[in-house]
Amino acid sequence: MSIVLIAEQILNGLQFGVMLFLMAAGLTLIFGVMGLINLAHGSLYMIGAFAAAAVASFTGSFILALIGALTAAAIAGAMVELLVIRRLYSKDHLDQVLATFALILIFSEGTRWVFGSFPLFLDIPRYLSGSVELPGSIQYPRYRLVLIAAGLLIAAGLGLLITKTRLGIQIRAGENDREMIAALGVDISRLYTLVFALGSALAGLAGALVGAIQSVQVGMGEPVLILAFVVIVIGGIGSIKGALIGALLVGMTDTLGDIFLVELLKLFTDPSTATSIGSSIASMAIYLLMGAVLVWRPSGLFGASP
Amino acid sequence: MKMGNFALMGAIISAISVFSSAAAADTKVGMITTLSGGGAGLGIDVKDGFMLAIKQSGRSDIKVVIEDDQRKPDVAVQLADKMIQSEKVDVLTGIIWSNLAMAVVPSVTTQGKIYLSPNAGPSPLAGKGCHPNYFNVAWQNDSLHNGGGAYAQSAGYKNVFIMAPNYPAGTDALNGFKALFEGDIAAEVYTKLGQTDYAAEIAQIRASEADAVYFFLPGGMGISFLKQYSGSGVDIPVVGPAFSFDQGILQAVGAAALGVRNTSQWNKDLDTTTNKAFVKSFKAEYSRLPSLYASQGFDTANLLISAIEAADISDIEAFRAALKSANFTSVRGDFKFGKNNHPIHDVYIREVIQEGDIFTNKIIGKVLNDHGDPYSKDCKM
Amino acid sequence: MINEKYFNSVIVLLLLLVPAWATASDEPFTITLITRAVVFSLAAVGLNIALGLGGLVSLGHAVFFGLGGYAMGILAFHAQTYSALFEWPFLIEGTKSMPLIWLVALIFCSIAASLIGFLSLRTSGVYFIMITLAFGQMFYFFSISWPKYGGEDGLSIYVRNGFPGLNTLIPLHYYGLCLVMLFLALWFSARLKKSPFGLALNAARQSPERVETVGLNGKRLKLIAFVISGAITGLAGALFADLNRFVSPTMFSWQTSGEIMIFVIIGGVGRLFGPVTGALVFVSLEHFLGGINDYWHVYLGLFLLGIVLLGKGGLVGILCGKEKINA
Repeated sequence: MSIVLIAEQILNGLQFGVMLFLMAAGLTLIFGVMGLINLAHGSLYMIGAFAAAAVASFTGSFILALIGALTAAAIAGAMVELLVIRRLYSKDHLDQVLATFALILIFSEGTRWVFGSFPLFLDIPRYLSGSVELPGSIQYPRYRLVLIAAGLLIAAGLGLLITKTRLGIQIRAGENDREMIAALGVDISRLYTLVFALGSALAGLAGALVGAIQSVQVGMGEPVLILAFVVIVIGGIGSIKGALIGALLVGMTDTLGDIFLVELLKLFTDPSTATSIGSSIASMAIYLLMGAVLVWRPSGLFGASP
Repeated sequence: MKMGNFALMGAIISAISVFSSAAAADTKVGMITTLSGGGAGLGIDVKDGFMLAIKQSGRSDIKVVIEDDQRKPDVAVQLADKMIQSEKVDVLTGIIWSNLAMAVVPSVTTQGKIYLSPNAGPSPLAGKGCHPNYFNVAWQNDSLHNGGGAYAQSAGYKNVFIMAPNYPAGTDALNGFKALFEGDIAAEVYTKLGQTDYAAEIAQIRASEADAVYFFLPGGMGISFLKQYSGSGVDIPVVGPAFSFDQGILQAVGAAALGVRNTSQWNKDLDTTTNKAFVKSFKAEYSRLPSLYASQGFDTANLLISAIEAADISDIEAFRAALKSANFTSVRGDFKFGKNNHPIHDVYIREVIQEGDIFTNKIIGKVLNDHGDPYSKDCKM
Repeated sequence: MINEKYFNSVIVLLLLLVPAWATASDEPFTITLITRAVVFSLAAVGLNIALGLGGLVSLGHAVFFGLGGYAMGILAFHAQTYSALFEWPFLIEGTKSMPLIWLVALIFCSIAASLIGFLSLRTSGVYFIMITLAFGQMFYFFSISWPKYGGEDGLSIYVRNGFPGLNTLIPLHYYGLCLVMLFLALWFSARLKKSPFGLALNAARQSPERVETVGLNGKRLKLIAFVISGAITGLAGALFADLNRFVSPTMFSWQTSGEIMIFVIIGGVGRLFGPVTGALVFVSLEHFLGGINDYWHVYLGLFLLGIVLLGKGGLVGILCGKEKINA
């Protein structure tokens, strides 16, 4: 296997990782601040992608499509928080699982009702298409480089938001002691709506960005949702830093696992057996990783000990 | 509150007893297909094609009961039981996915009912598991992949990169391709089922120095792959079966699919009177272009109608013989059943083109003539 | 409010009367449908032991449901093809006998539950939910890509397995068998709840520290509950596979775990008849809403949302109020 191929795969893992981070960051914030398990986070990802596809086909502008995705997901998130989620904070995890599972059903079939049963079209803009040559004669798609840059930028922005701004201080305070910040006069319900909308917007943005190179269809959110859960559990729930590290770990494992496992097995057995066994194990790789991390550190890499 | 319970129970009981029993002369058809969730587009196409043919026949003695399997095998088995036990259907049809067909078909045929497959032809049902009550009107799963292999061979490719998801239909697909391709295989890659990112595979393709890529990635997987492939700067030509280039999903792939060659047993520009009439009437009825799946649903219904005209369903021997003779005009042109009740038909190579705003296919040649399937020899029937 | 005992009797009566009515009015499918509900109930009764008694929110019970299913599928597959499971170190052949299949399912699910439970119980709270989910996903992906037993296509069994003295192909006979299993499991879990073990477990759920101080190992109590729970759900899996005469990886999917959990939650967590109520309501909803239109999942979602928002404790909680604390 050539160095170029390995370098390219590492970039791919990085790109997958930063997109997972956008999903996981919202999920981990929402859990950290409100203590809520939101299974419907994947639906917001889907809403972002559908909104982007609709805006893009109407206006033809990718930038407007992204703005549309952000707005639609943020509005949908805020609405859901005000109408449903608000009543779930006091309930236990079980009720939250059921209610947000119900939201998945409603969102998925509702979207199909509005947009029909066929996948939608969303493409990358012409100025981002094609590939660029990186040092070491690596051909790499321009759009994916933009995704990596955008993801890292958002991660940095989110880090600043949490550590430097007033909202960030409130969020961190909310994670540590809910009663206290309410007593200090922070409008806690406004804060909750805001955090939920922020998390939703990030998911929507991820949906739109990824939707441009994938299939925009009903049910696209659930596989990503499961991965995002794996990410935040590995990273430690509530920790933005953990979400970033976890996302990169999962992205790398998933992208590189397949190829290296097959290559590794080829040293021991014939190619076709290696391919089939290697692919089978690779499809379980991230779950094995998660299991191993949890056995080693039961509350994730950066989670607070219970 | 207790009364509420009894009222609910009463409602349940009365709702169940509403199932009416049809008059004796009617033929009752049970259609189990996917109408909700991500794969609903295919089920809707099959249903629409099927119902169009029934409507055009003008027959009021064919009653169709339609149910949604949600793409879950256990639900499909349950629905089949319901249709046979409660609705007393004579014929079942509609299933889209191979794994659901594997769950339902053996159970239906052993209960003495007829099953007509409008999609999905898993190899076990074509070989050792063949059954006189099971007819496949679409294709055996290998058919279009055989076509792919034959096309790659005739196009002079020497070294092909092949790829499919890691599940039975995926391995069947690649074996189907290899059966008729004599050149080298640059690499044989199995992806995760439902995978959405193909960056890693595309990098492998780039490094492989293959002169063509053959892939089988149905549904959303194919859309994702094609979009990413066209943006990757790799210019090795790709070939695939019709499933990733179908009318329903082609609009979602967009320009990324332009010029791609794909194999199919049907296309809307096949120049036969039946096909022209089908395309025109489908468009008029549903205001969209028919897909491969719609054509298969349409053929399935017409086969059934032809059998009903020739024999009575109560005489199962005669009815099976009438089905087997395939005395109907298929929209794909020549059509007959092989020994194992699977189609013997032509396979074409198509190219994706743009007609105005719409992406669609045009036929550029025939790759296989009167092609059956390799499993027929294992069928003891 | 209805007295919970009356409510439970109504459910039992319903389970006995509906098939009687269906037989009388020649609606065999109704029996199949209620058999499905009964088997789901059994799976949920299993989960309820972990969830209700042990407070262990497992989103991975599909592992046991699927293992039970595959125990049936693999044994019956070898029996129907007359091939041996293993020839070395000693010959093991397939079987078509239900009691034997159930035994195998119980043993394998207990082993799997001990391992999964042992690892998962190192964590708690959301981490526990997620690690059990991860185990489910591992089994799911493995079963899809492992070609020997059909991969994603699953395994079809042509004739339902046999039970001495019964013709299991007759829907009513098979229903009776499943119902007896459900009643046994209900009786068992009622006894378990009141047993010293159940009381200690309940205490461990509410206050782990206090149990430790009296010298009990809370984690071990929970592990035992998890194993019992997994074994019962596994038995349900074997019955479910025989009901459909088919197994496939969908039995391992996270949606299956979610559905089993939904039965328990809509019925009422920790309530004896909660899982049964939940499964009955869910199966009837699935059956009747499916007829309304193609977008019926929306209505199902609204119904589930209503249950959560309306009140505490699922349907049994809504109808019967809080559980009376009397032993």
